[in-house]
Amino acid sequence: MTDAVAVARKEWLELLGTPGWQGKQGIILFVLAFGVVLPLMNGPTWITSPTIAITWSWVPMFLVATVISDAFAGERERHTLETLLATRLSDSAILFGKIGAAIAYSGAVTAVSLILGVVTVNLAHRQDGLVLYSLGVVTLICLLGLLGALLVAAIGVLISLRSATVRQAQQTLSGAIVVLAAGPILLVRFLPAGWQHRLASSGLSGEQVALLGMTLLVAIDAGALTMVRARFRRGRLIAV
Amino acid sequence: MTSRAISTKGLCRQFGAVHALEDLTLEIPRGIIFGFLGPNGSGKTTTIRLLLGLLDPTSGSAEVLGYDTRTNAAAIRERSGVLLEHCGLYERLTAEDNLDLFGRFWRIAPAARRARTRELLTNLELWDRRDQIVAGWSRGMKQKLAIARALLHRPELVFLDEPTAGLDPVAAVALRDHLSRLSASEGVTIFLTTHNLAEAERLCALVGVVSNGQLLAVAPPAQLGARRGGTRIEITGSGLTDPMLAMLNALGGVTAARADGRCLIVDLRAVADVPSVVAALVSAGFQIESVQNGSGSLEDVFHALVEAQP
Ligand SMILES: Nc1ncnc2c1ncn2[C@@H]1O[C@H](COP(=O)(O)OP(=O)(O)OP(=O)(O)O)[C@@H](O)[C@H]1O
Ligand SMILES: [Mg+2]
Repeated sequence: MTDAVAVARKEWLELLGTPGWQGKQGIILFVLAFGVVLPLMNGPTWITSPTIAITWSWVPMFLVATVISDAFAGERERHTLETLLATRLSDSAILFGKIGAAIAYSGAVTAVSLILGVVTVNLAHRQDGLVLYSLGVVTLICLLGLLGALLVAAIGVLISLRSATVRQAQQTLSGAIVVLAAGPILLVRFLPAGWQHRLASSGLSGEQVALLGMTLLVAIDAGALTMVRARFRRGRLIAV
Repeated sequence: MTSRAISTKGLCRQFGAVHALEDLTLEIPRGIIFGFLGPNGSGKTTTIRLLLGLLDPTSGSAEVLGYDTRTNAAAIRERSGVLLEHCGLYERLTAEDNLDLFGRFWRIAPAARRARTRELLTNLELWDRRDQIVAGWSRGMKQKLAIARALLHRPELVFLDEPTAGLDPVAAVALRDHLSRLSASEGVTIFLTTHNLAEAERLCALVGVVSNGQLLAVAPPAQLGARRGGTRIEITGSGLTDPMLAMLNALGGVTAARADGRCLIVDLRAVADVPSVVAALVSAGFQIESVQNGSGSLEDVFHALVEAQP
């Protein structure tokens, strides 16, 4: 665990450590868009709308996708991978340190944007009294966000392990995310009519559907992480 | 504790059709500086990777510090420090952050980490630059920092892949001194690769020569130089002419003579032939300023070794 934290800390340093604004414009723009511009445009509904959780749960996935390609492909490209692999760090420490760093990064940026959104809306609409996210929405955002981010991180690491350059990893990951996003929609669409009918008439409530979806996501995440762990072979990482 | 730092048996590694390393059988005692000499692509880096368990061998086996590279590589890495082909520094970070990072990887306590960082950076004359981002540094400075990183956790065994590449002569000498002291005073075993026989001669107790993935010889450097057969002398002076060179090449006892700027490099069958060469040159009108023992180049040793192959 200590070792994974040391690896995660290194990832963070590399991501944010350089002094000055260079390389941080993307994050700042993102936080401004989701924490100021969108809340101003939408007003209090930005916080009170029940569908807001669905919008937000995509955010951590997107954020993880922007950094995870770098995990191994970046180190390979910058010729630091071999030296890292030659340290005493265990495979798990390196792997989960890197995944943890990406998740923590996405979580932190999401949290800052969420909080900034509340502040913005409340400042702009002072006359309406205090508006806050409901506990349910916050829980849903955290859970969905975490599970989605984990999935993207696992897929991203799998791709990054096999890619020679960050660019190549990013392109492959973009493709994978499109499939990931479009997959469930297409699945429901092309489900045999009988099944569709059964789903519609099953009388499942929104919460039950969400719970079902989340259970499914947990299972997929566990599978993806197990696969990543199995595919991470030190002796194969250098001779690509 | 075994007395061998490294011991390999029939170690092979292929990349597709390329035999990067063939049947390496080698024993390196603890506490010495071992030099692995070979031209580009001879399998030096591949050997280091195999010994650290970063590559799986195609066949054969190796034990490092008593641990098998296939089954116990983590224990080997725990006790080793490395400078690999690429210096592997995080270039977006400062020098101090780079060392601090690896100090954490090796679980060195904060105070000890800071003290060791200071000691190493001071020794390598980088302390004043500790706050600079590494990306802007020269190759030699990066190389020094990477060496500091390799030594940070006081490993028992250090792998250095061409450590003096990119260093200026002063820095190279300083590094060699440092490595000699390290090996002598702390009993650290050092496995280094180089193209440079002179470096190996000065530094290493034992030298292995590889070419095309094959180990051609393992011996103390003095013996290796002798394998070339004969002696080399370097004569500086003025008034050298082409007829003089032709005359030298025709002289009995001379195997080859060539001019290199103001220096005349003469290979002889034996030391006993030196006076006759000097006499012949003087009588031909060459004004001799100095006569020195020439160090045999790696190339010569190679040629001698490769030609001696069955
Ligand atoms: N990952 C790899 N994939 C394919 N071939 C490789 C790989 N690594 C090394 N080789 C091949 O193995 C041979 C030995 O390479 P190696 O890097 O060990 O040589 P070297 O002695 O370190 O050379 P140099 O002095 O240039 O560093 C070369 O022919 C090289 O092309
Ligand atoms: Mg090499």
